[in-house]
Amino acid sequence: MPLLAIVVLAAGTYAFRLAGPVLQDRVEIPERLRRLLPVAAAVLLITLVVTAALTEGHGFAGWARPAGVLAAGVLAVRRAPFPVIVIAAAATTAVLRLCGIE
Amino acid sequence: MDMRSFWRTLDRQTIRDIALVCVADALVGASFGAIAVSGGLDAWVPVAMSLLVFAGSAQFAAIGVVLAGGGVIAAVVTGLVLNARLLPFGFAVSDVLAGRGRLLGAHLIMDEAVAFTMRQTGPRHRRAAFWACGIALFVVWNVSVVLGAFAGEIISDTGALGLDAAFPAVLLALVLPALRDRGTRHAALLGAAVALAATPFLPAGVPVLLALAGLVLYVPEMRRQEVAH
Repeated sequence: MPLLAIVVLAAGTYAFRLAGPVLQDRVEIPERLRRLLPVAAAVLLITLVVTAALTEGHGFAGWARPAGVLAAGVLAVRRAPFPVIVIAAAATTAVLRLCGIE
Repeated sequence: MDMRSFWRTLDRQTIRDIALVCVADALVGASFGAIAVSGGLDAWVPVAMSLLVFAGSAQFAAIGVVLAGGGVIAAVVTGLVLNARLLPFGFAVSDVLAGRGRLLGAHLIMDEAVAFTMRQTGPRHRRAAFWACGIALFVVWNVSVVLGAFAGEIISDTGALGLDAAFPAVLLALVLPALRDRGTRHAALLGAAVALAATPFLPAGVPVLLALAGLVLYVPEMRRQEVAH
């Protein structure tokens, strides 16, 4: 990944961040867009969760990883602390692979 | 404001919650560094990304696209679309970033800091929560990515440690509260289904963007809310 790509991504990201604090008094984002953007973020984040859990390249990632993410989801619903959720996910996946389940 | 009164502004519970999120993100940051380096990227790539982009989901998504053999442009576009959510976040916390330190503080706008700021009422508490969470996570995230990148040189198989499950796990925990809203949930499920169906056929990174099609299910919900108002 070339440095230029990282710089472009960083500059665009910083512009998104700075717009609110700089423009707060001067522009109003349309009400509909303001309400749609957090929903769009949630859609993208859930999609990232699902695709990162289930796919590898163009195919299925195997059972071990989604099983770990599922364990994390159950713990998150039960409001377990964040570190516990992350460790449980990695441990579940690692143990399944140790048992030969990819 | 001196540091002592700054810390006293925050209650114990908030400080503990911020610390717990820091520990979790340290684990995720370390997996990010390790996955990037053991996947074949130079160590400076995840380190520079973490310092300059400082947005976990976009970093994972961009690196994921590159490691899956997708193009650099697809990687950058995916990261930018994901980070577009920082735009409304910036408006949501613009009050804590008025005046001095604005240019620096803007770089610290991310899911966790915004979430902690929203939970506080009153300008002093909001400011304290934002800066405490933002600075702590910036330090923790970048240090853990460097450590993970070093570890990635040694660990040839991050899969054996289950590190690839850490990122979707923390992302799920973060986004779960948003799914309590029915319209958001339906849009997210349709979007994820579209992306999954497209994954075998399209270049890496593109399916995640197609997930935005799921928003069509949110439009009726938005109309309903407008009528209700």
